Amino acid sequence: MLSPAEIDARLLRLLPRVEKPARYVGGELNQVVKPWEQIPLRVALAFPDVYEIGMPNLGLAALYELVNQQPEMLAERVYVPWTDMQALMRAHDLPLFSLETRHALRDFDLVGISLPYESIYTNVLTLLALGGIPLLASARVDGDPLVLAGGHATFNPEPMADFIDAFVIGDGEEALIEVAHTVLTAKRAGATRATLLRALAALDGIYVPALYDVSYHADGRVAAVSPRAAGIPAQVCKRVVATLPPPLTRPLVPNLDTVHNRVAVEIMRGCTRGCRFCHAGMVTRPVRERTVEEIVGAIDAALGATGFGEVGLLSLSSSDYSHALELVRAVAARFGSRGVNISLPSLRIESFSVELMQALAGNSRRGGFTLAPEAASERMRAIINKPVSTAQLLETAREIYSRGWHTIKLYFMIGHPEETLADVEAIAALCQAVLAEGRQVLGARAKLHAGISTFVPKPHTPFQWVACDSIEQIAAKQQLLRQRLRQRAIKLSWSDPRETMLEAWLARGDRRLGAVILAAWQAGASFDAWREHFRFELWEQAFDGAGLDPAFYTHRPRALEERLPWEHIDAGVSQRFLREDRAWSAEGRLRDDCRERCFACGVLPTFKALRAAHPGPGWKCPEVGPPATATTKNAATAPAAAAAMTAAEPRA
Amino acid sequence: MSERGAPSASAALWRYRVRFAKEGPLRWVGHLDLQRVWLHTLRRAELPLAFNTGFHPRPRLVFAASLPLGFIGKAELLELGLTEERDAAGLHAGLHRCAAPGLRIDEVVAVDADAPALGRGLRAFDYAVTLEAQGDAELDGRIAALLAATSLPRERRRRPYDLRPLIERLTRVGGGALTMRLSAGEGTTGRPDEVLRALGYEPADATIERTALCFEGQR
Repeated sequence: MLSPAEIDARLLRLLPRVEKPARYVGGELNQVVKPWEQIPLRVALAFPDVYEIGMPNLGLAALYELVNQQPEMLAERVYVPWTDMQALMRAHDLPLFSLETRHALRDFDLVGISLPYESIYTNVLTLLALGGIPLLASARVDGDPLVLAGGHATFNPEPMADFIDAFVIGDGEEALIEVAHTVLTAKRAGATRATLLRALAALDGIYVPALYDVSYHADGRVAAVSPRAAGIPAQVCKRVVATLPPPLTRPLVPNLDTVHNRVAVEIMRGCTRGCRFCHAGMVTRPVRERTVEEIVGAIDAALGATGFGEVGLLSLSSSDYSHALELVRAVAARFGSRGVNISLPSLRIESFSVELMQALAGNSRRGGFTLAPEAASERMRAIINKPVSTAQLLETAREIYSRGWHTIKLYFMIGHPEETLADVEAIAALCQAVLAEGRQVLGARAKLHAGISTFVPKPHTPFQWVACDSIEQIAAKQQLLRQRLRQRAIKLSWSDPRETMLEAWLARGDRRLGAVILAAWQAGASFDAWREHFRFELWEQAFDGAGLDPAFYTHRPRALEERLPWEHIDAGVSQRFLREDRAWSAEGRLRDDCRERCFACGVLPTFKALRAAHPGPGWKCPEVGPPATATTKNAATAPAAAAAMTAAEPRA
Repeated sequence: MSERGAPSASAALWRYRVRFAKEGPLRWVGHLDLQRVWLHTLRRAELPLAFNTGFHPRPRLVFAASLPLGFIGKAELLELGLTEERDAAGLHAGLHRCAAPGLRIDEVVAVDADAPALGRGLRAFDYAVTLEAQGDAELDGRIAALLAATSLPRERRRRPYDLRPLIERLTRVGGGALTMRLSAGEGTTGRPDEVLRALGYEPADATIERTALCFEGQR
């Protein structure tokens, strides 16, 4: 095993031979280096992509700060080396190491991996392999690090279950620290790996896949996912933090240009809008907001500690933040004069958003104004529950163009099984209508970007049962849009349907996909999120080799009674609610913003005790009375009880 | 310290020259990234930065010479423009406090408003190079052979040039340690990595430090 000094010496010889060597040296401002020998519990926080992508990740940055605040713990960073460095590392026997102290990944007690989306899965195998950690959880022995994963994609943990020892489901801030304490206790006691895994499974929100058996029907559908022993929960309910912890005030300042060089502050977690395709909107409930004072104070501290010239105010739906106008006014007044550029993404389509942007931007009109109508026909809008009328969009567009923005970016989604070519035609017509508004104000200077994404049905959403379009259907819809929107003032972008397929297979896959991921990776699949590296044929071959039909996961409508591979994971939103919302979608029935009235999605009964202990406006769920009886994390598993709970009724 | 007159432009401008080292983790960043590292440092120091006029105003930050990625800089120079006068010692202290790891502030001096531009008169660079352990005699032989050549035709970006006249000095100072002074001509600048190649060594195996910037009129 190489010491940090030996790793550093080998690294020094490789750095002059790779592209962007600063990816591999660390040493950035605000990096935290704790004395390795004196810290009993060492955590590696890994992002499964290159430095420039992983470094700005807000979730990992927050966990880095939290872990390093614990006296008995340290956290160091690990990213995936680019292909040139990987080749040199293999050739020179250099193991994957942490940026802070150059310890090999396998020297850590706990390796925490961020899994925000599916196209990053093969890179996890690269991380483990380069780090000298056995790929399969079942092959790891006492003394190997515990491999933990968290992030939005882990709400269906099954495709990665072969490789991960334990998953954090839901908010990670408290759960990661509890896991780390459990690992430390086991380390001190000299406990076996099996004992540690049992202890982890007893924690709220922690899923240890090795402790569950999956059985299948003859046709391949999941029959059951059952705990292997008594005391292992049949359902793992996600974690939520009652109050968002204080925002980061000393973010790292990368020495390289990364995808976002900015102070990022999460102003709100969760979303009350209920767009039916939106995974994040469903799994991050309940909505919790930070106060304006807390946000402004954090920005002030972070700007001083970093020198960044840009601030991002992040949430799933910024205009829905209760004090949006107050916030942007405070931020603009305080920081606008310092030449700091402030961005407020995820705005709703209404004139209020234009007001917000104007308050932020002053007279600057940097970049375009982005809106996401997603659908262009009333029918599709009702199906996906994003009711923005064409009149409202055109009015908003007119206002944007007339207030000085020359470019509007519109995001649309194609590929829902209910969508017809007429609905796609409507997207093209709407784009033309929006541009026409701009032309009236700006003439030929008016521009439009249309970003066309492709719908992928996600677990824990009302569309978790529906089929995807085929590659041919998607391609035909994209072709139609290319034909209709071929003009200079319009820029059209779309995603490769084959990349969409990969996301779709993995999003709703079962545990058998572990073999597919492993085979694809062994054949050379990695950096699948990078177009130049994505190799569709490797995945087709891997499915073939595993004897699985990819269409089984994507093009098959699933019956409402089918046992879904992720049903043992409880995202707080009940299956009953999702079924009801699926039915409403089929009827074209809209569901209001749940800030207006509670629809009993299941989140409030699930976290009733937490809500009762944290009253006030921080949560956007209704208040509940003091806890009457002991509520458990699984309080919502009886749907009838959840539906009947008075706590879920709206307050007058 | 002499009085400095108000600048000719309408906006007030006070100019300061900073000598600094680029080392440690910053050895591995290129010039564009170094500019950003400096910008962050200046913003942390909350200095009244002067901006260039233009569609995208940029802080007035001028480097004497860019330093290739992988080189260590021991005496790099930049000039920054402020809209308010600052005491050079206070400026030095503020920059020192806010500098990114790998950026060492060695000297800050105020410059007259009408002083020539920073890069003016730059004529050569001094480098210190450390090679991995080499036989002394062999290294001396290669240096002698190189210096004995009357011409070393090379090509850079498809343009032919002669490396030999750009090598003003090349000396072994012990073990595998070399120093060299290379001219910065109008069209062509001598590069230490090319000198190493001419000596038969792989530049990636060497540590290259730029130790001084030489101006006309200086020794």
